[in-house]
Amino acid sequence: MAAAPESDLDIRYVADLARITLTDEEADTLGGQLEKIISYVKQLEALDVSGIEPTAHATPLFDIVREDTVKPSIGVDATLANAPQKTTDQFLVTKVVE
Amino acid sequence: MPASDYIVTIGLEVHAQLTTQSKMYCGCKVGYGAPPNSQTCPVCLGMPGAMPTLNEAAIEKTVLTGLMLGCENPEISKWDRKNYFYPDMPKNYQLTQFDLPLCEHGSVPLYDHCYPKDVQKDIPRPGYAVKLTRIHLEEDVGKSTHHEKNTTIDFNRAGTPLMEIVSDPDIRTGEEAFAYLNSLRQILIAGGVSDADMEKGQMRCDVNISLRKTEEEPLGAKIELKNLNSPAAVRRAIHYEIDRQSTELDAGTPQVQCTRRWDDDLGESTVMRSKEDAHDYRYFPEPDLLPIRTAPIVEAMKKLVPELPHEKSQRFVTDFGVTEYDASVLSSDKHLATYFEQAATGAKNTKLVANWVLNDLLSALKESFTEIQDSTQVPAENLRALVDLIESGKISGKQAKNDVFPAMLETGKTAGDIVKEKGLEQVSDTGALEAFCDQVIQENEAIAADVRSGNEKAANALVGRVMKLSKGQANPKVVIGILLEKLK
Ligand SMILES: [Zn+2]
Repeated sequence: MAAAPESDLDIRYVADLARITLTDEEADTLGGQLEKIISYVKQLEALDVSGIEPTAHATPLFDIVREDTVKPSIGVDATLANAPQKTTDQFLVTKVVE
Repeated sequence: MPASDYIVTIGLEVHAQLTTQSKMYCGCKVGYGAPPNSQTCPVCLGMPGAMPTLNEAAIEKTVLTGLMLGCENPEISKWDRKNYFYPDMPKNYQLTQFDLPLCEHGSVPLYDHCYPKDVQKDIPRPGYAVKLTRIHLEEDVGKSTHHEKNTTIDFNRAGTPLMEIVSDPDIRTGEEAFAYLNSLRQILIAGGVSDADMEKGQMRCDVNISLRKTEEEPLGAKIELKNLNSPAAVRRAIHYEIDRQSTELDAGTPQVQCTRRWDDDLGESTVMRSKEDAHDYRYFPEPDLLPIRTAPIVEAMKKLVPELPHEKSQRFVTDFGVTEYDASVLSSDKHLATYFEQAATGAKNTKLVANWVLNDLLSALKESFTEIQDSTQVPAENLRALVDLIESGKISGKQAKNDVFPAMLETGKTAGDIVKEKGLEQVSDTGALEAFCDQVIQENEAIAADVRSGNEKAANALVGRVMKLSKGQANPKVVIGILLEKLK
């Protein structure tokens, strides 16, 4: 594998936050790929943004809202259609108690 | 050293569900009772590519809350993604507000009558208002049900508009936290922004609490308490936590930042997660939602700011002459306040109306498990008429309590009709009463002489005898007037 560019990325930490278990090999591959993405985006740091007004959004648009009216939902069957595991009307997951 | 020697610092994070028709970022219906997973769509199920849209009413209700609590508003407000991985949040991030919330600062006034009953006589900081950090608008998560071997999830609640009200670390006791929650609830209900019932999960509360020995020291390790389902539970959990932390600190055990779960049945808390497990939310701006300019919304909402409970209370004192305490209780509930105001307006004795509402009416409603807005038996004008009858001497207070009011509750008839039916009218007819008075004076010459010589108090004994002669139907006020006139 090509030497990964320098960054403070901790692939194990990121994987842990996303509850993903990685083999050593996967950690190497994905870590390298993520490093490349980050260093690509990091080129932005070279830009001089002094004197540019900060904005809350890249699009210069505001106040796009909708009225508080109820629209039809998609129904129980469609809702559960993609569920990896389900009971009659609920998603079923591994027991999680914090 | 005892717990009282530590400085206790408490901050509250309150989540309140807003009373909108539809969800925060999609048009699915909000509310309980529907079959599981029937009020869902690609947006609130977190399907990739589904686009959220902002619910205008939820934004307005949050801004209105800010106005009621004296908040300021950043010029621009925006939404952010708070990333965490948990099955009740299918997008794997919560759409919330990070650096530009809708409201900042402001405060929640602690109403005297909102403290626990046993400490209302001894409030350490009377009239204090707890400072707020911010109010932001986010979404609720789905509902998990834990079974023996697995967990099931219903996403009907996911995406319900949720307002988070964050206080400064400006609370000192469990009693203040209790008063904060009750006062806040009354204000939210007055504004019609949330039903705010903790027992129904419409309002939820997390507590941050730390102890230190002196004001000069930095704040102690912050302990977060979760699973608090009523103001009383919050009070109990804070007492427990102060005892636990001070005992450990006394024994030389330093406190370490963590989150603890309160068990109200056992009356104790246990560690839920340590600092090492603290979430790293990696907030970033939500690209699919555009920012909001707050000024026009603030301007529109100013017209909707209602009379707040403490303002109403002050008006009841001024307009109706009731005590501060009675006024605060009468104004604590929107429906109770409306009922009282209707009954007291035009009444001969408004204080007496307040007594009847707070004592007789409320206990009768309690006995029949009826809310004041659902009760039809004694409309406000009928209660006013009853009190007017007492005040004008037509019936005695005793008769009103024992005979007339119970019959009003039972039949829904007016006090006047019941008095007539039962023949309860007190004898105020002076002709009849004068005859009784003459008879009593004749039969009790010694007492009569005593009154004549200036001892007016002695006349009370004569009143009793006239009442007996009239079989309790005489009006005592009229009787004493006649007696004193005759014995001048
Ligand atoms: Zn939806």
